[in-house]
Amino acid sequence: MINPFEVIETINMIENENLDIRTITMGISLKSCAGPDVDEVCRKVYDKITLYAQDLVKTVEDIEEQFGIPIINKRISVTPIATLVDSLENPTVEKCVKIAKTLDKAAKKCGVNFIGGYTALVHKDYTNGERVLIESIPEALKSTELVCSSVNIGSTRAGINMNAVKQMGDIVKRAAELTADTQGFACAKLVVFCNAVEDNPFMAGAFLGEGEGECVINVGVSGPGVVKCALEKVRGEDFGVVAETIKKTAFKITRMGQLVAQEASKRLNVPFGIVDLSLAPTPAVGDSVAYILEEMGLEKCGTHGTTAALALLNDAVKKGGVMASGYVGGLSGAFIPVSEDAGMIEAAKIGALTIEKLEAMTCVCSVGLDMIVVPGDVPASTIAAIIADEAAIGMVNSKTTAVRIIPAPGAKEGDVVEFGGLLGTGPVMPVKSYSSEDFIARGGRIPAPLQSLKN
Amino acid sequence: MKAVVTVVGKDKKGIIAKVSTALYENDVNIEDISQTIMQDMFTMIMLVEFRSKDVSVQDITEILNKVGEELEVSIHVQREEIFTSMHRI
Repeated sequence: MINPFEVIETINMIENENLDIRTITMGISLKSCAGPDVDEVCRKVYDKITLYAQDLVKTVEDIEEQFGIPIINKRISVTPIATLVDSLENPTVEKCVKIAKTLDKAAKKCGVNFIGGYTALVHKDYTNGERVLIESIPEALKSTELVCSSVNIGSTRAGINMNAVKQMGDIVKRAAELTADTQGFACAKLVVFCNAVEDNPFMAGAFLGEGEGECVINVGVSGPGVVKCALEKVRGEDFGVVAETIKKTAFKITRMGQLVAQEASKRLNVPFGIVDLSLAPTPAVGDSVAYILEEMGLEKCGTHGTTAALALLNDAVKKGGVMASGYVGGLSGAFIPVSEDAGMIEAAKIGALTIEKLEAMTCVCSVGLDMIVVPGDVPASTIAAIIADEAAIGMVNSKTTAVRIIPAPGAKEGDVVEFGGLLGTGPVMPVKSYSSEDFIARGGRIPAPLQSLKN
Repeated sequence: MKAVVTVVGKDKKGIIAKVSTALYENDVNIEDISQTIMQDMFTMIMLVEFRSKDVSVQDITEILNKVGEELEVSIHVQREEIFTSMHRI
């Protein structure tokens, strides 16, 4: 018989501690849709997505009701669209935007929350199609609702493509300016990666990588609130106990993810890819990664000790989660998106949490400078330099890093930008006023780093 | 298919009778039942088996939610696997 305490524990986690499955993401390969004619490509893309994902939302909702576990997002990720643009005859920005609109239409038809994969991988250099696709990103994000875009500008094996870094500084600025009426909302759907992963189920950076199959189900779990509540019960104990408590909790959370992933895979008759072991916060008060760090004994997230606390948290989540799932992948680490985390919003507002500290935190966790709002008048070269710094951390440490930054038009330091929903509230954070212009203007490529002599 | 029915709330007459009648009427068999007081709340947990293919977890949830409202208790119906997978290796 099932133990009543275990039943109540599970129900408590769901009802009171915000345990949920953050996303079920169906990866769909669009390699078969390539061709020279853009209208034909759009038709094939729409037909394939709406065929493969026709039952996705209904099936996920059934699982949600039958198991009594909330599944927050249903999403689709596709092959990097730059691959399709490369096969077009005379690729232009207009043609790219047409494909973006098709993705948006297909996503709406399927009823999913987001579709990711408006992507180019240019960590070493560009192809012609990739260059055009990147150019089209601001317009594509402005004219669609559900499309998410990402660009990989560096990797441990290739180094950092500084031409692309420079360009992404401009693209982020342009995307913000084109959506000035929503305070640069397009930038919330655009991620710049170093070492991007091929099976990430989380937005805005999800795409279906080159090595993936025809169709796959990837699942992202969540549960910062559950970890926080578990740690409340071991107040004052040493770090061995803290790590052990997090591991046990992460194990339980991940088992839930594994069950849901297998069930979705079986019902949709699509192979199960991975479970992503990430602690993903939401703006809800009981669902914050910052509060876990504060529970460990920090007065405010961002103060001295935050990096160490986060390192322990991130590692313990992985150790606990790995045994709970057959296949772990994606980004797998604690997320620190400032505007989406109640504790971080608070800490940034009072100045306890700064961009410099966040940069340090990204050395020990997933993923990077995420959902950071900066003043609208920050120059493109400064944004590019922030991207370069973050990419360097990823490149040298053989990990994924990313930048999702919003230079909100008209916003000044100390303002607060409301995005609404899961994207939350972004306090406008200060950046250095000294110029990086000449550094970014150099262009070229930062060579791949040495992988030995690691000091 | 097996599911777990959980009833949590203030103890009163007729909880077991009303819940088990609703289950009986929908061809759901009770395999095991346990009650306890947890954090001052009456807690009843049933392991049930769905005999009929025409009755889904969602149907029973809807029916028991009505019973729950009447009795002022909260009732959950969830597939058994969620508990076994979370707590058993």
